[in-house]
Amino acid sequence: MTREELRALLLQILGHVAPEADLSQWPDDLPLREELDLDSVDFYGFILALHKHLGVTVPEADYARLGTLAGCLAYLEPKAAGASSTGPSPVA
Amino acid sequence: MYEFRMPKLGADMDQGKVVAWRKRPGDPVTKGEIIVDVETDKAAVEVESFTQGVLDQVLVQPGEKVPVGTVLATLRIAEDAEVAPAAAIPARSAQPLAAVAASPAARRRASELSLDLATIHGSGPGGRIQLEDLERQPSPVHTETPAPPPAVPSPPPPAEDATQRMRQAIAATMSRSKREIPHYYLSHTLDLGPAALWLAQTNAVRPLEARLLLGALLLKATALALREVPELNGFWEAGAFRPSARIHLGVAVSLRHGGLIAPALQDADQASLEELNRRMTDLVTRARTGGLRSSELTDATLTVTSLGDRGVEAVYGVIHPPQVALVGLGKVVERPWVVQGRLEPRLVATATLAADHRASDGHRGGLLLTAMDRLLQAPELL
Repeated sequence: MTREELRALLLQILGHVAPEADLSQWPDDLPLREELDLDSVDFYGFILALHKHLGVTVPEADYARLGTLAGCLAYLEPKAAGASSTGPSPVA
Repeated sequence: MYEFRMPKLGADMDQGKVVAWRKRPGDPVTKGEIIVDVETDKAAVEVESFTQGVLDQVLVQPGEKVPVGTVLATLRIAEDAEVAPAAAIPARSAQPLAAVAASPAARRRASELSLDLATIHGSGPGGRIQLEDLERQPSPVHTETPAPPPAVPSPPPPAEDATQRMRQAIAATMSRSKREIPHYYLSHTLDLGPAALWLAQTNAVRPLEARLLLGALLLKATALALREVPELNGFWEAGAFRPSARIHLGVAVSLRHGGLIAPALQDADQASLEELNRRMTDLVTRARTGGLRSSELTDATLTVTSLGDRGVEAVYGVIHPPQVALVGLGKVVERPWVVQGRLEPRLVATATLAADHRASDGHRGGLLLTAMDRLLQAPELL
């Protein structure tokens, strides 16, 4: 999976959690939880979606590293290397 | 004959709109089975039948808005004269009932757009159709042969109207609460050191789907503490306090478009921590996406509001009548703490109680908060 594909997937997942947000020009360094108003239930949903679509299980101790889109990309890109690059199933 | 009436789904509800019937005349209905989808100013709700029987006549059609208490349908129940033999029940029309699984919000939108749910792919659990599945649909294709003109869909209510109705509903409840209930307020700092440590340790070895959220521990502690102070668990009605034998915790959920709803976790004191966690996350998700059940909107015996994720340290709330208390939970913060004469950083949170002074006094109210704190010192026992 390329970085751009991963980025698109992450925005798709976040768009599912926060459907009213405009993610089209999302800056990589914007704090996700604060800007998208994600509470602990939302964030847990995000973590579950990462597992479902990338096969990556993020330990609680690493949650803080997913604070921005840039942080998510840096953390997930090496781990998602094995994920399919033909595109994920539609985000449910 | 049993009269199935529009239920009052929350203290601030005066009327509701029927969105879709899940049953047809002649269908059997069991108690607790979802019989109709209703839209209130605050949510789309799946209404459960209060009785077992056979649906006889539907009196209010989809799209009609009626006051609470209006008879929506009649049911034949066991005490009635023997049910007519099957041959006498009107034959069902050729078109099958849309027994397609879909959220109430999706049903409402589909009816506005004249979309047939049977033609839409659902991306939710078990193929359930959700609102976003409708938004992905292309416009219906018009065939060459002239078909009967489709019913003109009513324009979807502008977002501002829906938000305004929500705000008016909240305004009515909150104003009534402050007008009628003499509130007193207490606050207490919860020592979350042991709970946070236990949570980190247990989650490190649990599979992802079984991870626990701190919110579940706080709710369980609240439910168990409530057993010790029963005068905070119940309703003020007709000038007196009516205690509830069961503990149903209302969970205040902020909605993404603005507004607030507080569905209940029933028998919260009886559930295991894992079960409470699963039910809590499911409840919050359904509160935001549609699919709450009527019993969840009417049953709360005490409500818990948590603004901790929003970053404030304490919340002094407004009681939801006819309840007599509301627990507020603030942000978990690290603060200097004295343990056995030594200063160390500690994770703490401020818990508050708003309580009805007609039903309880400060001393008894305070026992709830101190009991919560005590229970959170042994998180493995929650």
